[in-house]
Amino acid sequence: MLRLRAVELARMVREGEVKAEEVIEAFYERVAKVDGKVRAFVRLIKERALEEARRIDQTVAKRGRLGKLAGVPIAIKDNICIKGVEVTCASKILAGYRPPYDATVVARIKAEDGIIMGLTNMDEFAMGSSTENSAYGPTRNPWSLDRVPGGSSGGSAAAVAARMAPLALGSDTGGSIRCPAAFCSIVGLKPTYGHVSRYGLIAYACSLEQIGPMARTVEDCALLLSIIAGRDPKDSTTANPPRPFNLSEVKGEVKGVRIAVPKELFGEGTEPRVAEEVWKAIHLLEELGAKYEEVSMPSLKYALAAYYVIAMSEASSNLARYDGVRYGFRANAEGDWSKVYSKTREEGFGPEVKRRIILGTFALSAGYYGRYYLKALKVRSLIRNEYLSMLKKFDVIISPTMPTPPFEIGEKVEDPLSMYMMDVDTVPVNLAGVPAVSVPCGFIDGLPVGLQVAGRFFEEAAILNVALAIETELKLYSKEPEVA
Amino acid sequence: MEEPEVKIGLEVHCQVTSLKTKLFCSCPADYRGKQPNTHVCPTCLGLPGSLPVVNKKAVEEAVKVALALNCQVANRIVFYRKNYFYPDLPKNFQISQYDYPVGVNGKVYLDVGGRKKEIRIRRVHLEEDPGKLVYKGSITESPYTLVDYNRAGVALIEIVTEPDLSSPKEARLFLQRLRSILEHLGVFDGSLEGAMRCDSNISVAGGARIEVKNISSFKEVERALTFELLRQRNLMKMGRKIERETRHWDEVRGVTVTLRVKEEEMDYRYFPEPDLVPIELTPEFIDAVKRTLPELPDARKDRLTRQYGIAEAEAAVLVSSKPLADFFEEAASMCKDPVKAAKFVVHTLLGVLNYYGLDLPESKITPSHLAELVNMVEEGVVTEKTAKYMLRDIVVSGRSPRRMVDEEGLQKIADSAVLEEAVERVLEEEKEDVEAAMKDEKVIHHLVGHVLKLTKMRTDPKMVYEMLKERIERLKTSYASA
Repeated sequence: MLRLRAVELARMVREGEVKAEEVIEAFYERVAKVDGKVRAFVRLIKERALEEARRIDQTVAKRGRLGKLAGVPIAIKDNICIKGVEVTCASKILAGYRPPYDATVVARIKAEDGIIMGLTNMDEFAMGSSTENSAYGPTRNPWSLDRVPGGSSGGSAAAVAARMAPLALGSDTGGSIRCPAAFCSIVGLKPTYGHVSRYGLIAYACSLEQIGPMARTVEDCALLLSIIAGRDPKDSTTANPPRPFNLSEVKGEVKGVRIAVPKELFGEGTEPRVAEEVWKAIHLLEELGAKYEEVSMPSLKYALAAYYVIAMSEASSNLARYDGVRYGFRANAEGDWSKVYSKTREEGFGPEVKRRIILGTFALSAGYYGRYYLKALKVRSLIRNEYLSMLKKFDVIISPTMPTPPFEIGEKVEDPLSMYMMDVDTVPVNLAGVPAVSVPCGFIDGLPVGLQVAGRFFEEAAILNVALAIETELKLYSKEPEVA
Repeated sequence: MEEPEVKIGLEVHCQVTSLKTKLFCSCPADYRGKQPNTHVCPTCLGLPGSLPVVNKKAVEEAVKVALALNCQVANRIVFYRKNYFYPDLPKNFQISQYDYPVGVNGKVYLDVGGRKKEIRIRRVHLEEDPGKLVYKGSITESPYTLVDYNRAGVALIEIVTEPDLSSPKEARLFLQRLRSILEHLGVFDGSLEGAMRCDSNISVAGGARIEVKNISSFKEVERALTFELLRQRNLMKMGRKIERETRHWDEVRGVTVTLRVKEEEMDYRYFPEPDLVPIELTPEFIDAVKRTLPELPDARKDRLTRQYGIAEAEAAVLVSSKPLADFFEEAASMCKDPVKAAKFVVHTLLGVLNYYGLDLPESKITPSHLAELVNMVEEGVVTEKTAKYMLRDIVVSGRSPRRMVDEEGLQKIADSAVLEEAVERVLEEEKEDVEAAMKDEKVIHHLVGHVLKLTKMRTDPKMVYEMLKERIERLKTSYASA
């Protein structure tokens, strides 16, 4: 059962071939068996999940109508709000916080009878690329337990890769879905900015991030996207796509598809064997009738710097609300409010979060705003324009998702810059706002390699289509990590 | 020696009291007298993951204000985050505006000493109100602070003037005029406590600009600025330098105190609010709003003088407050002589209200009360003095004037026998005044006063004067002949 795709599971539950309760029990059993080693989940909500499953089974018994995710267990990143369930962003500062409302994506999943299993580990406030910056300690890569699963949605990726959940939600501000998807050999999609509601996603950098689906197969990933996507009146930055995302357009047919391969995304720091795996997949697509061309996108060399200025600036403001007054952790401090705030924030935030708040505060300060923030915004529009003009000539842009295979736990913790460098291929997409998917394309010494397909605004179907073609050829979803 | 030039600029925050809901969520905006923290939701509490959604009606109201203040209205407005930590701010930033505000470059005209003075408006923008801090007892002695977020997220319009005001009195006149404009627009009810708040910048030529914060009503502005001006002038007289700083107006003690000196000035780190998209204001939309603009105080003043034939000075007083002008017009529609009604409102009613320290809407008098009083004077039922006496009662009691006349027997004394008797009695009893009056005619007024007192104001002072004058003349002749 653990190997079944979400689409199959939902069908079987709906048709009474299997009970939702059995499905849920099976996945929790798997969690009990392997998560002691992987540490993907930070919180399980088994009682709630079982209740939901029984309700679904009763509906089946009464031949009632059920949604597209009937009985499918879903893991959710610890920065997405579920009414009444503690959510912490893997930070001490939010300890004990129970939101009084559901995120829009959670409400949409519930409306389709999906069952949320629990919340998954992440880098604190989604700041990181390894899931090591967590108040709960690191999550381990199911393919190699001494390596990182990528981040920041590392818990969600590891849960899916280790067969603890067929589907998961992550969030992607600068690569936080695609990076762990690549490192864990699963499919992860960052939707077009504004395609999925951020209402109920605890913000890190609002102008860059999106919630997105993670799954073992392209089809499952597309299914979850079709459920969470669409305009939400509660999020003013969402828009109705010109054409709604249509699952049936994802056929894996790539004949005539025009592919751009920017040399900047195979740049310095890219491990040659990673580039090799990606090129193999590109040639495979060529054999299937696609055409590729090597191109140059010169503005991309500024992407990383611009990304970090914007993300940190927004973060410094977004994270100001954690002062211990209304919810979460409060330090035991004497004195006036400003002393209590300082102490609370000093003790509540981890080092990477503090680093980004301080840098962001600096970048927005009088006298520096023009030099950093405004400049970064200019770079951002430059990059967006470059994507737009590239995507006029080409249908998709292909690159490695990550410049290297998963690295060892602890390897980059002391060197934040080398960690930031890991995002070099993923952040341009967030700056441009276009959608991108990471799909498994190979292994190097047993370690996964992911390929990134970026495309036009709201044309998730087109990138998933290319990803499906690769998946169909390589069938890497049938490979399983030997955890347990 | 001429006093050095004074420059005052105001930053006025007005709640958009016409809105049913808050600026960025659908919580009720009416927070007054409600249980603390009941009109709240994830958005106005700034809970993690919540997002703001702009109240379209608030934008429309702000455009109205910008148009009424003769501003250029933007074709695109953007919200910004103003970042600072304070316990009344749930997100520790305030969603406000910075570049691309709703309106810029407006002007308002004031009547200053019979002269028309232009006050330039720098900008008009929308922002959210913070929550309310509640102390146990005084702010300095309270062992803890409570926060009520019912007010958090209520829509405010901020109006910033250029430093064109040159005295504390002008500042008060400006606020009065602004309030009247906003009330005529129907976006604002100034009678609600805390609905209008104001910060001010004030400088005396030769000194630095001082910001005075925490002026909680338009009545306080003149007091606060008068104090601050005196303080600055005294410093200058002592040869001390005035350094740039932010001061806090302490309403209870009636003084300003240092809040922050220049080095501690806040850096708000404004940047565009990424959770909101810019809002386009099309020319069609702005035109449509323009067409809904009601009559504003200046136009109303002109109409009042035309329609009712009242003096311009009185019309100007009437339109300085919308409730007052409304009151007058309603009363005038029931009066035989609107000119008398205007005079009675401006010269008598306002004095009585001032005596009690009441605003018109707080008093019990209705337009029909006033019309009845004016009509009764006109009909000769009561004297003007009696009407004034009655007004003092009605303003706090709300009694019907006609019934009051009957109950207290306040009718004008028309019976000349009764009147003559009163005059004779006063001539008998006030010998000293009578003798003085024979030497100095002005003293006759004293005697009139005695008669009025004796008749409980129910006599016509002019008539009494004539009668007394005649009697004194006669007495004089008889003395002379004696």
